[in-house]
Amino acid sequence: MTKPMPEVAPEKTEDRLIIDASQKYYKVLNQEIRLAVSNGAHAIELRNVNGQRYLADGINKRVKIHIHGTPGNNVGAFMDGPELYVHGNSQEQVGNTMNSGKIVVFGNASDVVGYGMRGGKIFIKGDAGYRVGIHMKQYKSSVPVVIVGGTTGDFLGEYMAGGILIVLGLTADGDEFVGDYVGTGMHGGVIYVRGEPVPAHRLGKEPARVELTEKDNALLAKLLKEYSTELSLDFDKIMSKPFFKYTPQSHRPYGNMYANQP
Amino acid sequence: MNQNKHGLIPPKFRPVINRELCRRCKRCILSCGFEALTFENGVIGIAGECVACHRCITMCPEGAITIQKQPLDYRDNEYWTVEIREELYRQSESGGVILASMGNDKSFKSYFDHMVLDACQVTNPSIDPLREPMELRTYLGRKPEKVTVEKDKQGKFQLKGKMPANLLLETPIIFGGMSYGSVSLNTHKALAMAAKNCGILMNTGEGGLHKDLYPYTDHIIVQCASGRFGVSEEYLKRAAMIEIKIGQGAKPGIGGHLPGEKVTAPISETRMIPIGTDALSPAPHHDIYSIEDLRQLIYSLKEATEYKKPVCVKISAVHNVAAIASGVARAGADVICVDGFRGGTGATPKMVRDHVGIPIELAIAAVDDRLREENIRHQVSLIASGGIRTSADMIKAIGLGADAVAICTAALVALGCHICQQCHTGNCSWGIATQRPELERRLDPEWGGQQLTRLIQAWSYELKEVLGLLGVNAVESFRGSRERLRGIGLSELELDILGIKHAGR
Amino acid sequence: MVNHNYQHESSGCGLVGIISTTGKKMSGEQVLRAVAVLHERGNGLGGGFAAYGIYPKYRDFFAFHLLMDTAESKTAVEAYLQEHFIVEHGEAIPTRNPSERYPQYSSGRNLEEILPEITPPAIWRYFCKPKRPEYSTDGLTDEDYVVQGVMHINENIDGAFVISSGRNMGVFKGVGYPEDLGHFFKLEEYEAYTWTGHARFPTNSQGWWGGAHPFTLLDWAVIHNGEISSYGINKRYLEMYGYKCTLMTDTEVVTYMLDLLIRKHGLPTEVALRAVAAPFWKDVDRMSEEERKLNEALRMVYGSALLNGPFAIIFTHSRGMVGLNDRIKLRPLVAACKGDMVYMSSEECGIREICPNPKRVWNPRAGHPVIARLEDGVK
Repeated sequence: MTKPMPEVAPEKTEDRLIIDASQKYYKVLNQEIRLAVSNGAHAIELRNVNGQRYLADGINKRVKIHIHGTPGNNVGAFMDGPELYVHGNSQEQVGNTMNSGKIVVFGNASDVVGYGMRGGKIFIKGDAGYRVGIHMKQYKSSVPVVIVGGTTGDFLGEYMAGGILIVLGLTADGDEFVGDYVGTGMHGGVIYVRGEPVPAHRLGKEPARVELTEKDNALLAKLLKEYSTELSLDFDKIMSKPFFKYTPQSHRPYGNMYANQP
Repeated sequence: MNQNKHGLIPPKFRPVINRELCRRCKRCILSCGFEALTFENGVIGIAGECVACHRCITMCPEGAITIQKQPLDYRDNEYWTVEIREELYRQSESGGVILASMGNDKSFKSYFDHMVLDACQVTNPSIDPLREPMELRTYLGRKPEKVTVEKDKQGKFQLKGKMPANLLLETPIIFGGMSYGSVSLNTHKALAMAAKNCGILMNTGEGGLHKDLYPYTDHIIVQCASGRFGVSEEYLKRAAMIEIKIGQGAKPGIGGHLPGEKVTAPISETRMIPIGTDALSPAPHHDIYSIEDLRQLIYSLKEATEYKKPVCVKISAVHNVAAIASGVARAGADVICVDGFRGGTGATPKMVRDHVGIPIELAIAAVDDRLREENIRHQVSLIASGGIRTSADMIKAIGLGADAVAICTAALVALGCHICQQCHTGNCSWGIATQRPELERRLDPEWGGQQLTRLIQAWSYELKEVLGLLGVNAVESFRGSRERLRGIGLSELELDILGIKHAGR
Repeated sequence: MVNHNYQHESSGCGLVGIISTTGKKMSGEQVLRAVAVLHERGNGLGGGFAAYGIYPKYRDFFAFHLLMDTAESKTAVEAYLQEHFIVEHGEAIPTRNPSERYPQYSSGRNLEEILPEITPPAIWRYFCKPKRPEYSTDGLTDEDYVVQGVMHINENIDGAFVISSGRNMGVFKGVGYPEDLGHFFKLEEYEAYTWTGHARFPTNSQGWWGGAHPFTLLDWAVIHNGEISSYGINKRYLEMYGYKCTLMTDTEVVTYMLDLLIRKHGLPTEVALRAVAAPFWKDVDRMSEEERKLNEALRMVYGSALLNGPFAIIFTHSRGMVGLNDRIKLRPLVAACKGDMVYMSSEECGIREICPNPKRVWNPRAGHPVIARLEDGVK
């Protein structure tokens, strides 16, 4: 099997603009990043990041940003285009309301990954916390994608209105791949969970399990190929277990809940 | 002197038939329990007989009927109201006590309508009850002051000893006591079915338990009132909880009287008294003249049921209700039901209904405070009843400290009652407060059970919605949390009794 | 009469907890650095620290740390302590001179300019033992007696607040950013095996020295991020047991609740935590019969003790440290360990600042406590 070609040729390390983040307040650090981007930098490397919030928020250029350390909350929020590589764990709210671009986390992610995300991709190598993909939605041609290599906490895909959520459970080591209340309030989009079907008592009221089609298999293969390449994971190992698919039973789950005022 | 059978009292309502729309099907005439419609070259409404129960309107396929107040002007007098004048006519003509039904309908301040709820903004997130867990489960019964644990063989902690008997409610609402006799058997069946569907309880009232309700044992509270009608070993066995009824909000301190003509064969069997005899409930229990005596009856019932069933004591909200409730708790009750002065009845002297007792809001606040001051709140569950109209009333009662509420009139409204307040006549056109077989038949228990189930479901949704906006996901985190309530237009003293602050503070 | 006239406040915040399970002592410098990284989670209206093992010389005495606004309140406190306790030693808690300029502040500013309240109240400590007959018949333990004393001072002596009262431990807190307060209190001079630090973001009240975290009773100390939406009923429940919630903040109820359940009702810590962050009924219904019975009983009895609303708390006592989230995880908490050290923080960066390469870092599950204990045999 030939190695897949990466979408973009990897940039040479020496081309990267290096910014040392140690002891820098986030405001200063973000100013430096924005300045570099407006000066035409294609690749930036942030070193010694620890807790600085809002990194790359609202940036709308195609730029690669490598983050070494632990970025603070809301990394990549409102982002529209850049590719972020987090070499470490990320804290809460990765890719909050992001529009397009890609965030690759080589460690774990904390709670609320991809809240209200409308497009782009988030790849987490390790585990993710509670409320992954909460209220993800798709609009016109944008279909957001979140892939978690490890396990997730409760409320996966809560209120999900569109997009694709995939959980692989590679780190599970006997634990459940997903938490409780999977897809609660889901009224659009699709969740794929690898390995075992989600037990009925852990599923929210709205989603239902449906059989995978050829189209699903092709989509999974395409997305997971990209994922495994980005994170240097074994594609065949990922595909060696079956996937289970969950979609909402209705786009209007609460249509019958209300009564008109007399 | 008498010109008509209504004497000096002028007619109140009159059914008006639109002759163009009327197809003369006579369904309205058949549906009226009060003989307020007749046929003479077309349907005619008889002024004076109509009680505005609206059964005919509901049954008319053409929408041809309206009910109008009989137009009649009195000389204005804010002191000698029309109601007072008419009562004087009625008493001078009859020499009797004026009988009424349902609850106090006077314009006393409703404290429920002067309280508003809090909501989360920013500092704590509200919780979405549709998508995240929201727990309404409530246990009625005595709780120990603390839990004791021990380790099992594997070193895991387990409960040491046994918990006292408690009843699980899936939502903090029960159907309050309405006797078979005051209401029809079909009403009882509808209540029992709904109680089962909703995982809650229905209270039989003091008229015994009809055999048809035996399958609902786990959802039945049987009442042991001063008349002891139908109280037997079998009766106690057929219940999940036993209630000693000391008083009722609509008629604190007085007994009851089911007239002999209502004691039909099935009622006779259920109440265990001969057909046609008056069923008299004494004013007090004649084995309870003191708080020690109450303890004696509570423990007689506990012994008879081997401590497997919680015992509830129902008291009317009267002036000293807090101290009384404290005594009742110490006497060994596991649950106390406090019934406020808006509480309903099938029949009571109107003077008592309208002038005795205090509002449930004040009573429940005072009782909850008192039990806390004495550190015995955990010994009893508290049920608030008497005028709970909406989920909002229920929610506010819980905020003031009630574990659950009991509803009666609201449940009857779900069965079709239009609050015409004629229960005491036994002519209920809706088949609810009647023993006339042709009227009782009108209430389909299956349909009624569904109506009540949907009502409880709707209130439960609304309770969940409120808990969510308050930022809590369990009803016990709101129960007695007075700081989530504020008063509007209340005096300092009223606020102090309710234990809440005024809006804006 | 029941007092319903209270107001409580809510806050968002940053938490840090560090414990050496072998009882190794460390200076306050680490916790200071970690909490400084969480600067963004506070707003300068409150910061504080708890430290365990700092008074070995007075290890058998209850160390009362007190804030006193006026000379009168100090006189009243001392009179009360002299009457009810054997006061072994009393002194002002050492602080840096606020008007001196410090190199720590690159701007060359001094603490007076940095701390929002120029004159903090008098902050004193007294090492005390209960003064009571040898064979006392009141049925109280020494701990109960101290709790009564704390409640009395907080409720009845104007302008005086006990901010900690445990043995061989103490709390340092006030208005300002925690890193500045730590500097003010010279925390680098204390050696403790457990430290917690808190950056406060109060939302609906002015900061005041007594209102900062940690909140304590005896050797319990709680730091808290979030709001206890069930505060109203938690407070009323505690009042039945004589706890007076005078500090007008929901964190106080957390502290007293743990004291009630663990110390007074004798529940093991794990079981007490299941009462305050109970599993959902849906999960209880799926448990084995024995487990279900226990959890049902806990919920029935301790429904009013359930802490509801968004929270992450770290509570500490002489023998350990516990981190806990609310039942649906509405506030962050990260845990890590390396060697004998256990760390907890609102954000991973707080831990990485002082332990760049922990052996394990994880996000605890909602309602599932992380419990770190001193190893058996460690004094």
